[in-house]
Amino acid sequence: MPATTTLPAPDVAALEDRAHALRRSMMEMTRGKGEGYIAQGLGIADCLAALYFHELRYDPARPDWPDRDRFLLSTGHYSIAMYAVLAEAGYLDPDELPTYGLNGSRLPMSTFDVTPGVEIVGGSLGHGLGQAVGMALGLRIDGRDSRVFCELSDGELDEGSTWEAAMGGATFGCDNLVALIDCNGIQADGPVTVAIEPVADKFTAFGWDTQEIDGNDMAALVAALEAARSRDGKPKAIVLRTTPGFGVPTLMGRPRAHFVRVGDDEWADFMAELEADRG
Amino acid sequence: MAETSVFGQTRGMGELIDLDGKETDLAPFGNELAELGRERPEIVGLTADMGRYSDILPFRDAHPDRFFNVGMAEQNLVMAAAGLAKTGKIAYCTTYSVFVTRRAYDFVAIAGAHSKADVKIFAGMPGLTNGYGATHQATEDLNMMRGIADLTIIDPCDATELRQVVRAVADIPGTVYVRLLRGKVPIELPPDYRFVPGRAALLRDGTGVGVISTGYMTARALDAARASLSSGVDAGVLHVPTIKPFDTAAVVEFASRFDRIVVAENHKKTGGLASLVTEALYDAGVLRPMIRIGLDDGFFECGSQEYLEAKYGVDLPRVVRALVDGT
Ligand SMILES: Cc1ncc(C[n+]2csc(CCOP(=O)(O)OP(=O)(O)O)c2C)c(N)n1
Repeated sequence: MPATTTLPAPDVAALEDRAHALRRSMMEMTRGKGEGYIAQGLGIADCLAALYFHELRYDPARPDWPDRDRFLLSTGHYSIAMYAVLAEAGYLDPDELPTYGLNGSRLPMSTFDVTPGVEIVGGSLGHGLGQAVGMALGLRIDGRDSRVFCELSDGELDEGSTWEAAMGGATFGCDNLVALIDCNGIQADGPVTVAIEPVADKFTAFGWDTQEIDGNDMAALVAALEAARSRDGKPKAIVLRTTPGFGVPTLMGRPRAHFVRVGDDEWADFMAELEADRG
Repeated sequence: MAETSVFGQTRGMGELIDLDGKETDLAPFGNELAELGRERPEIVGLTADMGRYSDILPFRDAHPDRFFNVGMAEQNLVMAAAGLAKTGKIAYCTTYSVFVTRRAYDFVAIAGAHSKADVKIFAGMPGLTNGYGATHQATEDLNMMRGIADLTIIDPCDATELRQVVRAVADIPGTVYVRLLRGKVPIELPPDYRFVPGRAALLRDGTGVGVISTGYMTARALDAARASLSSGVDAGVLHVPTIKPFDTAAVVEFASRFDRIVVAENHKKTGGLASLVTEALYDAGVLRPMIRIGLDDGFFECGSQEYLEAKYGVDLPRVVRALVDGT
């Protein structure tokens, strides 16, 4: 059994600064485009900062390094957050970010594996967790101690494929697999209406070591990730309660947050709100 | 290298192109279905978290007790619709075409078509009308769906036809797959146009070259035929909205009157309309040189519809070239 991962103690304040930098760069991308999945991106920023600047093992110069930890963004339309973190982590040149969503860009509105550092094609939802199980098994066969982290959204809990994968992960004892379930409470048509709750109890019942935290609390995030390092024969699930638009109060209050248009006149105000929130 | 023009942006909401100067109809599907629901209480509506993006909300608002959002669960969408049908309902259901075809195929085939269930699938954003790349673009759905027995398949051209199709499918027994145009849908066909299930429609007679087309590519074909007149080309246009059952007789009769044929579809060149036309003409011994306008095999990029159509060779200039230059 591979040894439990040990990492230096996290610097929570530094990680919060990273998350803020991600939010700022997402806002910049929205400025260029005028529309996008900015609310979800702002909500997941803390989780991505904790992963990329503390928990994950990777080398941006070698995106296909076999011993890297894998991060799978299952929710492909969260791409804006992915590109922000890939630029911050050194996979992408920040100058490329303004091409987000434009014709011919390597940074499409929904993730494809044309972007360095993107592990899976993500836009058809419900594909992530099953592939994560397969990767976890492959790494185990090869005797690598790399781990697999898979983000998925609450909407993806509607898909049968997610629960097939949940059973698979438990059946095969994938303790090198961590599912990060972004429960932001919204879907395409508005608030989550399908009876997916209680999410944490469901994963527990499916045989996963499950934690439930405030996904916008950096200290809670790093603590949960640390607890998820144990190799006890069970896959790990972390249920993240996040707020869409986190960091920009006006966006946090938007009723239709799934796909947001940011007018030229609004952008500067939102940016000011973001900076004020951090201050 | 990425363009930076605002014009070239991916439209998240997938507005259709070519709206300049064209009359449009907002959400023709949902508005017609809401009206039909008033006349026929056995009609129910379902969506898989794509209500807002498939135009079905007017039906929900008019008949909230007969509307169900199953969440993002396309397999469950089709199963629930089939179950409702087995209690005597006519179940209209919506999501994007790519998700209902690729993900829920088995359920469409067995719970739907094989069971002769009154499931009417309105499948949004077919082909390149979706700018989100291969994960969202149903570019082989006609091919997949024509492989299912006892399934009716319709690819409407415009808002005029779509409204008629909404009504017509209620009386077509069994499961029907309709490619849905959403949002501000252009009005392209004349007011006296009548959709007849299973029948192709001669929209324009001509000499020399004839276009056989389906879906919104028929609008391109009509525009191209008008644009080609100044080059001395008088093209005919046969619109084939029903892909299955296929109107073999009309296609053979039309093709036999022309020296060469152009087939145009918002789909791959294989397995869809061009394949059906080829089979029909070959069987009948009516052999004509043919240009297929459609997508080569592959997975396609993200981008605006203008960008994608030009890049993959299915835009208006492509159709004009086929008519005028024969290439
Ligand atoms: C299989 C599949 N079905 C439908 C869609 C269309 N779709 C895109 S986002 C979305 C909502 C999914 O819920 P969630 O990810 O929780 O939404 P968000 O938090 O981003 O609002 C849907 C239904 C899709 N991309 N994939």
